[in-house]
Amino acid sequence: MMKCTEATQLLSEKMDRPLSNKEKLNLGIHTAMCPACRQFGKHMLSLREISQQYVKQNDASEKG
Amino acid sequence: MTQALSRSTEHLPGQLFHDTVFMEDLRRQMLKFAMLQVRNEVIAEDAVQDAMLSAYQNIERFNRQAALKTWVFAILKNKLIDILRKEKRYTSASILEEGASRNDEALLDELFTEKGHWQKEQRPQKWDEPDHDLESHHFWRIFDTCLDALPAKYSRLFMMREFLELDSNEICDNEEVSVSNLNTTLFRARLRLRECLEDNWFEREKAT
Repeated sequence: MMKCTEATQLLSEKMDRPLSNKEKLNLGIHTAMCPACRQFGKHMLSLREISQQYVKQNDASEKG
Repeated sequence: MTQALSRSTEHLPGQLFHDTVFMEDLRRQMLKFAMLQVRNEVIAEDAVQDAMLSAYQNIERFNRQAALKTWVFAILKNKLIDILRKEKRYTSASILEEGASRNDEALLDELFTEKGHWQKEQRPQKWDEPDHDLESHHFWRIFDTCLDALPAKYSRLFMMREFLELDSNEICDNEEVSVSNLNTTLFRARLRLRECLEDNWFEREKAT
């Protein structure tokens, strides 16, 4: 099975390029069995949301 | 507290520009954002000035600080993309990277076992829903600190990708890096940012 080091790298790359079918399959098998990497994948999405929020600067910085 | 309250009240159009504390603060944030992207003070200053000027010309649109801020940052972001597209940049990437990649090895060793699995105590934890956390001023300070802690090249590429939302090909083209180099750098930047946020924000929140 794929290692967590490889799975995390793919979870990051997934944010930047479409994964191949083979990569998707292997990553899917890994994350199905590995809650830590599943969580890591969610965090990659959160980082993106946070970054977009940061640029928008919404009302966040006003609330002091 | 009174200051926080008065700062969030509505302003008459144009009045925002006379709030020197707010304007100076905003200018500093914009400059910092621009500098991280273009790495040249003169060019960064110019971009910030231009964005401020456009805001001033559209003065009647803003009666809240947040509205003005969102707007100037959007302008600034477009200016930075233009600048980056125009100039192909040659950074001494290999020198910058050497120290960073050595630290990365150490980080990977700390996070993962020899067999390439997560160390038990390093396994990513569930984060609270962003809605709650993103409102916090404190959170953004920590996010800033974590971003600053990244090696310069990492934060630059990360910001191009996530803040300016450029696609990988465009970044590679501009920065003269290979796709695999970019992917590795983005991975390491995210790995570090994630770690930093978890240690300094999400875990700490849970503990209180």
